[in-house]
Amino acid sequence: MKHVIVIGGGIAGMQCASELLRHGVAVTIIEKDKDLGGKIRNWHKLFPTFTPADEVLAEMRHRLKVSSNLTVKTNCEATKITAKRVTLSSGEELKCDATVIATGFTLFDAKIKEEYGYGIYDNVITSADLEQMFNENNVRLKQGGTPRRIAILHCVGSRDEKVCQRHCSKVCCVTGVKQAMELKEMFPTADVFNFYMDIRMFGPGYEEMYREAQTKHNVHFVRGRISEVSPTIDNRLQIKAEDTLTGRPLKIGVDMLVLLIGMKANDLNQTLVEECNLQAQPSGFMRAKDSFLHNVESNVGGVFYAGAVTAPKNVGESINEGTSAAHAVVEWLEKR
Amino acid sequence: MINFGFSISKPRAIDIDRNNLRKSNEIIREMPELQACIGCGSCTASCTAGNLTEFNFRKVHTLVRRGEYQGAYEEMNKCMLCGKCRLVCPRGINTRGIVMLIKRKLGDF
Repeated sequence: MKHVIVIGGGIAGMQCASELLRHGVAVTIIEKDKDLGGKIRNWHKLFPTFTPADEVLAEMRHRLKVSSNLTVKTNCEATKITAKRVTLSSGEELKCDATVIATGFTLFDAKIKEEYGYGIYDNVITSADLEQMFNENNVRLKQGGTPRRIAILHCVGSRDEKVCQRHCSKVCCVTGVKQAMELKEMFPTADVFNFYMDIRMFGPGYEEMYREAQTKHNVHFVRGRISEVSPTIDNRLQIKAEDTLTGRPLKIGVDMLVLLIGMKANDLNQTLVEECNLQAQPSGFMRAKDSFLHNVESNVGGVFYAGAVTAPKNVGESINEGTSAAHAVVEWLEKR
Repeated sequence: MINFGFSISKPRAIDIDRNNLRKSNEIIREMPELQACIGCGSCTASCTAGNLTEFNFRKVHTLVRRGEYQGAYEEMNKCMLCGKCRLVCPRGINTRGIVMLIKRKLGDF
């Protein structure tokens, strides 16, 4: 029986593993956290349908049925990966016939954009923090009370050469629209302002959702990047930006600022380049063999990619890549 | 007061906290479709009045939504109500209706 090691137990890795098992291949999943599921475990609802992330995760767990051919190693990291062998952080070496790298992305650290005051001012939070608050049903100001005016800032750690992140993280725009709608539903009398550079609604139903946020929920969209955030005497946040559509500077006081943090290349990718002979793109994300015909294959035979390790992707795309990668692996194994 | 020969410019910034958004909210409540504007500028590009005067419909209604009403009524008076902007708006906004609404709401500004 052939044996494939999947590195990363997020949605792409889980889908890939379940598909490989269906094809009669033995699979070992290496997961660095204590549980499978990856980033989606911390998410509340998914755009554009507001499907609870838990539902998707439950289905993914259901697909990955318990099987004698499946081994899951949690709290475990891979330090060296080749097609035939994976070295773990514990020093253990595992043999295999092919490997799939589904290690995903790293969230941008909002503290690096110091001018926005994350970690300095109490009510500056990230989109990931807000999802956590939604999960705990505890969206409130640090000092207590509900926000009356909220700003959401797009492109934090995306399309920004100053923090070495030139790429677009793709999913933050629609996340910002989704979170604005959720906030308006939670606090109908609050004003929500989204500060954006471009609104990129790339998927089915996203543009419709954007329009709904504008006309049904009365979310205000201001085209302009926030330049700085400062505290006011009454412990609110003063925001400065340019309202580029009127060509004038704009000032506004808000109770809460949500930073839509981007996806940056996984911190582990550097190791993959240095230790494993794999190639990365200038953005740091791994480079697939070809962006049209070989999306899930690496430059090394027998090493495959699935999910956000090669580029920012949404949940559906990551799951699809899990399937694609599994099929590419099976095809590759048959040729051996 | 001693005249030192210089003056202080008025701040150009739009100050949302100081602006009274009551009229702006009324306008949006009556025609929520105005919020669907994506600032593409099709209205201004096709505008007959805009070709002959400084009139910029997109900019004026954006300013009104931010609570900047000064001069908006006079600007809207430049509109000849030809309706070309409504024909081209990709978001289907009844732009002519917006002109009439802003004029009705801000006549006393």
